[in-house]
Amino acid sequence: MQDNITVPTMADMMATGQQPEVLFWVGCSGSFDDRAKKITKAFVKLLHSAKVPFAVLGTEESCTGDPAKRAGNEFLFQMQAMANIEVLNAYDVKKIVTACPHCFNTIKNEYPGLGGSYEVVHHTQFLKSLLDDGRLTVEGGAFKGKKITFHDPCYLGRANNIYEAPRDLIEKLDAELVEMKRSRANGLCCGAGGAQMFKEPEPGKKDVNVERTEDALETQPEIIAAGCPFCNTMLTDGVKAKNREHDIKVMDVAELIANAKDL
Amino acid sequence: MSYIDNILFVLLLVAGFGYFAINVKKLTRNIKLGRDVNRYDNPKARWGNMALIALGQSKMVKRPVAGALHIIVYAGFVIINIEVLEIIIDGIFGTHRIFAFLGGFYSFLIGFFEILAFGVIFSVVTFWIRRNVIKLWRFAHGDLKGWPKSDANIILYFETVLMIFFLTMNAADHYLQGLGAHHYVTAGSFPVSGFITPLFNGMSESTAIIVERTTWWLHITGILIFMNYLYFSKHLHILLAFPNTYFAKLEPKGKFENLDSVTAEVKLMMDPNADPFAAQPAPAEGEVPAKFGASDVQDLNWVQLLNAYTCTECGRCTSACPANLTGKKLSPRKIMMDTRDRLEEVGRNIDANKGTFVDDGKSLLNDYITPEELWACTTCNGCVDACPVNIDPLSIIMDMRRYLVMEQSAAPTELNGMMTNIENNGAPWQYSQMDRLNWKDEL
Repeated sequence: MQDNITVPTMADMMATGQQPEVLFWVGCSGSFDDRAKKITKAFVKLLHSAKVPFAVLGTEESCTGDPAKRAGNEFLFQMQAMANIEVLNAYDVKKIVTACPHCFNTIKNEYPGLGGSYEVVHHTQFLKSLLDDGRLTVEGGAFKGKKITFHDPCYLGRANNIYEAPRDLIEKLDAELVEMKRSRANGLCCGAGGAQMFKEPEPGKKDVNVERTEDALETQPEIIAAGCPFCNTMLTDGVKAKNREHDIKVMDVAELIANAKDL
Repeated sequence: MSYIDNILFVLLLVAGFGYFAINVKKLTRNIKLGRDVNRYDNPKARWGNMALIALGQSKMVKRPVAGALHIIVYAGFVIINIEVLEIIIDGIFGTHRIFAFLGGFYSFLIGFFEILAFGVIFSVVTFWIRRNVIKLWRFAHGDLKGWPKSDANIILYFETVLMIFFLTMNAADHYLQGLGAHHYVTAGSFPVSGFITPLFNGMSESTAIIVERTTWWLHITGILIFMNYLYFSKHLHILLAFPNTYFAKLEPKGKFENLDSVTAEVKLMMDPNADPFAAQPAPAEGEVPAKFGASDVQDLNWVQLLNAYTCTECGRCTSACPANLTGKKLSPRKIMMDTRDRLEEVGRNIDANKGTFVDDGKSLLNDYITPEELWACTTCNGCVDACPVNIDPLSIIMDMRRYLVMEQSAAPTELNGMMTNIENNGAPWQYSQMDRLNWKDEL
């Protein structure tokens, strides 16, 4: 079954006169980072399994400009944004799903002012809607009864008030969802936002990702669930710093669902 | 009958409110030094926020102990100030307890005020202990060294003393009512000061009158002094929390403003029909070209400056800041305190130079806020979410980063690398855009 997963691009679609239900915005992390690519693949398998007609931009996709904007380079951000908006509008894109909360936030909130208005959803919201509509089913399987804690990505949670969709998905796995002492609106950042991902931290007494990983370890989880490729990297590094990589996994919510379905 | 008391009282009132008005005018002028920003849309949502967050204290109670105590002090001060109305009328016209005719309702009011006053004393003492004995992390934090720490304690002493004056005044009045002293109508109920009244037993009527009058005068004078202290203190939040919550950002916290000045230039760059050799239109006489981002308070917008005056330095922002919690220099509270300190410095400069600002060779950037602080921010919005009155320290950090990057090209080296990659190959890392879909073959 896995052999015949095709990933059409918008250009392919247009050539055959088709319009996908949703554009999957993969993002730079999801395209290039080895760890994040696994999330991309898991999500695509889920889209395929739910028979969702989707497409990607492929080589026509470019950075949303989020790290440039948060670093203070509004010029570069707007150049990226306007170039992307031209492509998106040329394909008459209506709905976008992305597994990256940074892409999600930027396209959803900052593109409309520059001429790009789309319905933008995070992949956890999209998966939740697939489950609600009965297009996707999931059983606990491998995760039944496992202790899973969810780390709220800042750009999904505080930035856009989305707290429930990822939690609803985890609960569908019959897993035991345990909350960290700082969660939802009080959730602590993983340390990657605001372009920190791309630089060394300023001098201090600790790295933010270690502080956050300690929050997660307090819940004694088997799995730390994330909903952002950057959080995933930071927490994976945190778990390694704490020498717990042998018994604790950091996984994206989409990977949990895909694994439970043996995809 | 002499009118000296009434005249003195009116003079006191005029001086108190007059000086306050002068300072409010300065405060408004300073806030208006900020850039324009439109925060007049959607009044319904804005009034709603103000009602819920400022009036309703909805974000205060996220920390239940501080929240509950704060509500007592807040309610105490708002409600007990109804009493000030009576004091003012009595003071001007030489009457005594003019509202006594309300009878049972008046007794209820006075009794209620007394219970609140007791609650205020209890809360304020607890606050003092939290600051000075328990030394809670956010109050013992380095941001508050010096004047900010004294300011916080002065406010607590002021509030305690005012409440003690209020209760002693009532106790003396109650005693005089018992003696049947002339002018002291029997009115009010004294559930708290009733415990102080026995201390007056055996005191002569004239001495008791002196106590009652002294505390009455000290109470109203104290209130006027406290009102005028606000301008010099972090305590301005009791007034500014209301406009501050009204004018706060309504959009999702993740939505950062797109700079219109940049949009114009980017559009020009991307327009294939634009003439690259066209001369820029000449700037109007005396027009200063717009700066990208902010290096000083005048580059911030007026809502950010209002934020700075509203900040009461509670430190909830800093205690939610991932950078500060892990020992970095950045503290969102300090960002707000620095902004206000610099704004006041600029204000004094304007006062000293007959209404115009004369360059003093200083700026908010570097002299107050260092790039090291600015670059430690993860833009997580933890500080924005934590603020009980919707102050947005993140927007100031972002505007200053914009100045560093767009005006000074002073980003950390690694970030320059990241930006070069985005420019060259559309990703923050050095991967070819042509390889974006390679993962497809690994499915």
